[in-house]
Amino acid sequence: MTTSHPDPLLIDGVPLRSRFFLGTAGHASPEALRACIEAAGADVLTVGLKRTLQGDNGALAHALAGARSRGARLLPNTAGCRSAREAIALAHMARELYDTAWIKLEVIGDDHTLQPDPVELLAAATALVRDGFVVFPYCTEDLVMGRRLLDAGCPLLMPWGAPIGSGQGLLHLAGLRTLRERLPEAVLIVDAGIGAPSQAAQAMELGYDAVLLNSAVAQARDPVAMAGAFREAIQAGRSAWKAGLMAPQSMAVASTPVSGHAFLLGEP
Amino acid sequence: MTLDAITIRLDDRVLRLPTGATLTDLLEQADVPATSVATALNGRFIARAARASTPLVEGDQVLLFQPIVGG
Repeated sequence: MTTSHPDPLLIDGVPLRSRFFLGTAGHASPEALRACIEAAGADVLTVGLKRTLQGDNGALAHALAGARSRGARLLPNTAGCRSAREAIALAHMARELYDTAWIKLEVIGDDHTLQPDPVELLAAATALVRDGFVVFPYCTEDLVMGRRLLDAGCPLLMPWGAPIGSGQGLLHLAGLRTLRERLPEAVLIVDAGIGAPSQAAQAMELGYDAVLLNSAVAQARDPVAMAGAFREAIQAGRSAWKAGLMAPQSMAVASTPVSGHAFLLGEP
Repeated sequence: MTLDAITIRLDDRVLRLPTGATLTDLLEQADVPATSVATALNGRFIARAARASTPLVEGDQVLLFQPIVGG
């Protein structure tokens, strides 16, 4: 991975070229997943762990081979965990299997919304940081909890935009805006709930550092084309943030100069 | 009474092993490549390096985990 990219995202000392983090679930085939990864240009790919009731056919390794050869990083998750104890155990397994200390920490507190359990999440994050993990916590937009997670040693936060897989976009816009404004130095990544490229662009325009999504690509009629659309939207949103958005006004502000009424000369 | 064999559960399977068998022995008997899975014994992670020094006892539950896609 090159360090000469003009706008890298630095995580754990690793410069990432892409701000599009892509989940790998729900694709029709390993080939379909591989094509989406290439179209997305993602440098970070989330993966999971599962009990081996059906046996490993090597499909995942096949799908990820190309991306890994160009330097993409794997980000294992602790999906399905509902306690710190479970998540800690699964994180250790992930580190052994994937040979990475990066972990997307999910500890779910509600089955219907898949909202993170803040108490268990903080406990797990604290323990895993102590054990040498680089913890990417899936959290809500709660500012105080965000601070606690950063204080525990997490290098970034991954607040939800909306419930996982819902495609509703940035439901918690005010909270996400507050999080960005109050934690200006923190790396913030919107994770979950993004359904359309415009929503990803909106997150980037808010000043978020990256976007992680899965279902919006995997469930598209043309997943490869959608991966490309998200790639462009995320880059556009990032460029807009860096360019500086104009401040909204409550009333109209004429953009055309009218002083002197040059075009009305000669009228009765 | 001493047992010359123990019964353990490996995922959904029930297996008999000699008394004193370790987690490494279990994987070998089940024909599971050592580096292909992560192991949990009674809900506790057992690192690959510790399997050979982890004896199993009657009624133990061993779960195996492997990489899958994820979001």
